[in-house]
Amino acid sequence: MAIIEAKGLTYTYPIGARPAFEDVTIKIEKGEFILLTGPSGCGKTTLCRCFNGLIPHFYGGRLEGGITVAGLKVADNPIYELAQHVGMVFQNPENQLFALSVEKDIAFGLENLGVPREEIREKVDWALKTTGIDDLRDRPPYELSGGQQQRVAIASVLAMQPEIIVFDEPTSFLDPLGAKQIFAVIHNLNRDLGITVILVEHRLDLTAKYANRVVIMEKGRVVLDDEPQKALSSEEARLIGVGIPKATRLYEYLRANGISLSKIPLGSEEAYQAIREVLAA
Amino acid sequence: MIEVEDVYFTYPNGVEALKGVSLEIQDSEFVAIMGQNGAGKTTLVKHINGLLKPTKGRVSVDDTETTKMSVATLARKVGFVFQNPDHQLFSETVEEEISFGLRNFGFEEKVIKERVDWALNLLDLTEYRGVSPFMLSGGERKRVALASVLAWDPKVVILDEPTIGQDSQQKERLRQFITQLNRQEKTVIIVTHDIEFVAECRPRVVLMAQGKMLAEGEATKILTDPDLVSQASVVLPEIAQIFLKLADLGFPKEVIDVYEAGRLLLERFGEAT
Repeated sequence: MAIIEAKGLTYTYPIGARPAFEDVTIKIEKGEFILLTGPSGCGKTTLCRCFNGLIPHFYGGRLEGGITVAGLKVADNPIYELAQHVGMVFQNPENQLFALSVEKDIAFGLENLGVPREEIREKVDWALKTTGIDDLRDRPPYELSGGQQQRVAIASVLAMQPEIIVFDEPTSFLDPLGAKQIFAVIHNLNRDLGITVILVEHRLDLTAKYANRVVIMEKGRVVLDDEPQKALSSEEARLIGVGIPKATRLYEYLRANGISLSKIPLGSEEAYQAIREVLAA
Repeated sequence: MIEVEDVYFTYPNGVEALKGVSLEIQDSEFVAIMGQNGAGKTTLVKHINGLLKPTKGRVSVDDTETTKMSVATLARKVGFVFQNPDHQLFSETVEEEISFGLRNFGFEEKVIKERVDWALNLLDLTEYRGVSPFMLSGGERKRVALASVLAWDPKVVILDEPTIGQDSQQKERLRQFITQLNRQEKTVIIVTHDIEFVAECRPRVVLMAQGKMLAEGEATKILTDPDLVSQASVVLPEIAQIFLKLADLGFPKEVIDVYEAGRLLLERFGEAT
């Protein structure tokens, strides 16, 4: 059974003149890694707000059609119920942190759920280590840099060990090495723990290689839903202006000039291997 | 011209954010400041528009030290677009937001209207003129913040993480737009983690680590040096990673551009067949 299933979903914000997204039908299976992309303002963040019930329960507005998450109908279940299944990591960590120490921030969600103290400690330790911020444990989050804060935000969601985590441009504020490490962490959560990942991103160079599916939205509609190689080398993706990875663009440049690589690369390693193959032939 | 001479800066909480940074930026240059989170990048650029004054050392803009200029004079000259647009936006509509700075600087209403129209159009925001900035997406709010600074036409534009939340078409527009600003003899300084954006724009790159300048020079040189970039918590652009691995086959290492990469490979394939 799909872990997220939306049918003909349309949503309009309380003071919106037109729907933020329209007639979205999408099915996500447990353990998938979905890369959700599309031009700024296309409705991708709004769609994600339905997954944990922020829409409609917090934002109000009009939600039509049906959406079920982890077997729960979003319209009939409160946010706190849905939040146990769906974690959210937003673009801007400042909006997510509030406690006086990193450790307390990470423990907050677990305390709210009434998790035993010893278990909280274990989960907090694990989340701190997984995100590489063990040394920041006692620091106040507001004193940290943007990148460090985002790691705290990710750790506080990880600690809850939800089945689904939505990451909305989670590395925008991180330095490139930090970003790479966080994407690797997200990849591991998906691969080793089977957590369903929905990653909203523009920077596909760093992320396409981890996804098993790319969903592209434009003007409030899902316009493409396919495996990454097909989606990112498609004419539609190019026309919509999705940030095609450099490795894929290099593949296309070569193809247009009569050189075919054996597969469509999404990252530098794949591109290198494929180029090497052609050179050896 | 901007001159930063041996600048040290210590925050009131005792954090030493800058430890002896020297840098010269000429008029109409395009400079990208990159490096680890907490390396002092934002602290450095805040010295250029006078938001911060050095604990030790000097910062001058057009031969006048920032300590000897009023905040208003300096702000007119050096526009600063913050990393987080929510620190900057407060008006009820996008139009009012963009007009605010212009009114403060005492522009005439007619000029304000022209400048607002120009900025809205430039950043593709015309359809949101009457909308509250807080109804917009993160990427759109970012463009509103940029429009409101560009509207008063500062000579130096500092953009702190301008590509966050921007899609590829908007990044391409931003790139063209920076080129256009440079042509009008404006200086553009960006603080960014967006390695692929820098690889596309190829500005002069300043790498920072732990409050110091690690290296500076052409993007193609700096961003293809694996040791240097890793010291600054930066990674090589995708194309540079491919060419670093291809180096043992006699390819040059200093390649960061897709088309240059494509041409080099075609040449080789041409030789082979």
